[in-house]
Amino acid sequence: MARKVTTANVVVSTAGAWLVGFLIFFPILWMVLTSFKTELEAFATPPSFLFFHWTTENYATVQERSDYLHHALNSIIIAGGSTLIALLIAVPAAWSMAFSPTKRTKDVLLWMLSTKMMPPVGVLVPIYLIYKNVGLLDTRAGLIFILCLGNLPIVIWMLFTYFKEIPKDILEAARMDGATIGRELIYVLTPMAIPGLASTLLLNLILAWNEAFWTLNLSTLEAAPLTTFIASYSSPEGLFWARLSAASTLAIAPILIIGWFSQKQLVRGLTFGAVK
Amino acid sequence: MGQITLQGVQKAFGPVHIIKGADLDIADGSFVVFVGPSGCGKTTLLRLIAGLEDVTDGKILIDGKNVVDVPPAKRGLSMVFQSYALYPHMSVRGNIAFGLKMAGLPKDEINRKVEAAAATLNLTPYLDRKPRELSGGQRQRVAIGRAIVREPKAFLFDEPLSNLDAALRVQMRLEVTRLQKQLATTAIYVTHDQVEAMTMADKIVVLNAGKIEQYGSPIELYQRPANLFVAGFIGSPKMNFITGDVAGQHNAATIGVRPEHFSIDGGGQGWSGKVMVAEHLGSDTFLYVDAGPIGTLTARCEGEKGVKAGDQITLVPDPNRIYRFDANGNAIFA
Repeated sequence: MARKVTTANVVVSTAGAWLVGFLIFFPILWMVLTSFKTELEAFATPPSFLFFHWTTENYATVQERSDYLHHALNSIIIAGGSTLIALLIAVPAAWSMAFSPTKRTKDVLLWMLSTKMMPPVGVLVPIYLIYKNVGLLDTRAGLIFILCLGNLPIVIWMLFTYFKEIPKDILEAARMDGATIGRELIYVLTPMAIPGLASTLLLNLILAWNEAFWTLNLSTLEAAPLTTFIASYSSPEGLFWARLSAASTLAIAPILIIGWFSQKQLVRGLTFGAVK
Repeated sequence: MGQITLQGVQKAFGPVHIIKGADLDIADGSFVVFVGPSGCGKTTLLRLIAGLEDVTDGKILIDGKNVVDVPPAKRGLSMVFQSYALYPHMSVRGNIAFGLKMAGLPKDEINRKVEAAAATLNLTPYLDRKPRELSGGQRQRVAIGRAIVREPKAFLFDEPLSNLDAALRVQMRLEVTRLQKQLATTAIYVTHDQVEAMTMADKIVVLNAGKIEQYGSPIELYQRPANLFVAGFIGSPKMNFITGDVAGQHNAATIGVRPEHFSIDGGGQGWSGKVMVAEHLGSDTFLYVDAGPIGTLTARCEGEKGVKAGDQITLVPDPNRIYRFDANGNAIFA
């Protein structure tokens, strides 16, 4: 029997979906609202929702105390750099695993993923010491390197699943048509893989942008990205809710905007393989 | 020119021998069909000729030149895949032109050739569409267009019609045959459908378990099958095989009678039995008869016969069309 869809059903489920959506979004909304309050109003009980004295002074203070643009630039360089390097390594790796797999390909894939199962804190001390001795502490290169390594397994897995979806017949047809490997890559494979490459790039960019464990532990000021910038507001001087919120709002704004415009790619990237 | 010769071609994947030594001579301009049950190696053999797989041993000669070390594109062959394998991001024009573009032909020559190929295949109105906007039959025609536009020495078809519905398959079968005759280009066509093989081929290669069982014209295979396998594979419904004393009377280990070589209303020596199922097609009547110790026999009678399940009938074989086989399954020719 086909399921009946009544108006009441539609109304209830729509309202439910909006409610859940609002609940999930609420912390972010609250953070943005708080960033426009004074410190006093920020932790007033009962909290005021919309009717308070709106001010932008937190943003001014934040900018005065620390250089937002410096940290934002670091975030862009670190997230962008680690993503690009990861892609450069992952494309040929995923390519060979998808199109000329060996007996051990599956094992290699699982082994790579298994590195993500280990808590990073388990290797913090050795990595910290290595970084200290090599002189990579608080450098952008050091952060790019560690984030790239951290995300590489996921990038390879995502690209691997995308490449696997490309029918082998089409590549063989290109070979019969006289395409060399280079031309096969340029004219046939890349155009077909662009949606997959785009969503992998976006997801990895967001993961690297939000990564806080390594960036907090391995950088202080010079190379510090926005995550470190936010953390500096929950300081020994006490909690400054309004300023912390302003800093956080500033930190997530760029990625929120990118995410908004690339929703389609992102959803496809996250659900890819689940449903054909 | 497109003369293809296989000499002792073998293919093994690790310890598994897929092709156990194939020798074949394909004349220029002929239409040759590889037919056999699934897993018999027919597609592998085609891919070896295409160059998409490397031979383990043996030679493949195209116009007298051994090509086993020549990459696919340089062999001068073109292939139509079962899945069509069209480039999804290119228009029909781009798909057909791709091979010419790779060969570095000048633009206006490419355009001229693509338009000529499209006109031959009735694709002109669709030249600027993407493959996903076409029906199955149209996609198939684009794949064929991509093959003919390069003016190859030979076409290789890998079960190209198996994704089409029955009516379209018959129509495309005619189109492919007509096109091949018109272009007079050698064609090798792989199928598991023996009706396709019988109707399209100048010559059929029957493959079984990596071995060529017989190579000959469709009528040769029908009238003089070399062994039990070919006798059973060619012809529909399948030939009836009878062993034991009945076969012994004919000095054979097994005798075979095609369903269409039984008569049910004439007199003579035959086997009687009870009709289990009668299929009335109008043009023919198929009877499945339980003939006791002999087993189940299938008979195909022309026209409509008033026979129904449960009737007792006598099947009389045409004495001139009884096939005889020895204990090894090879045909005994009188």
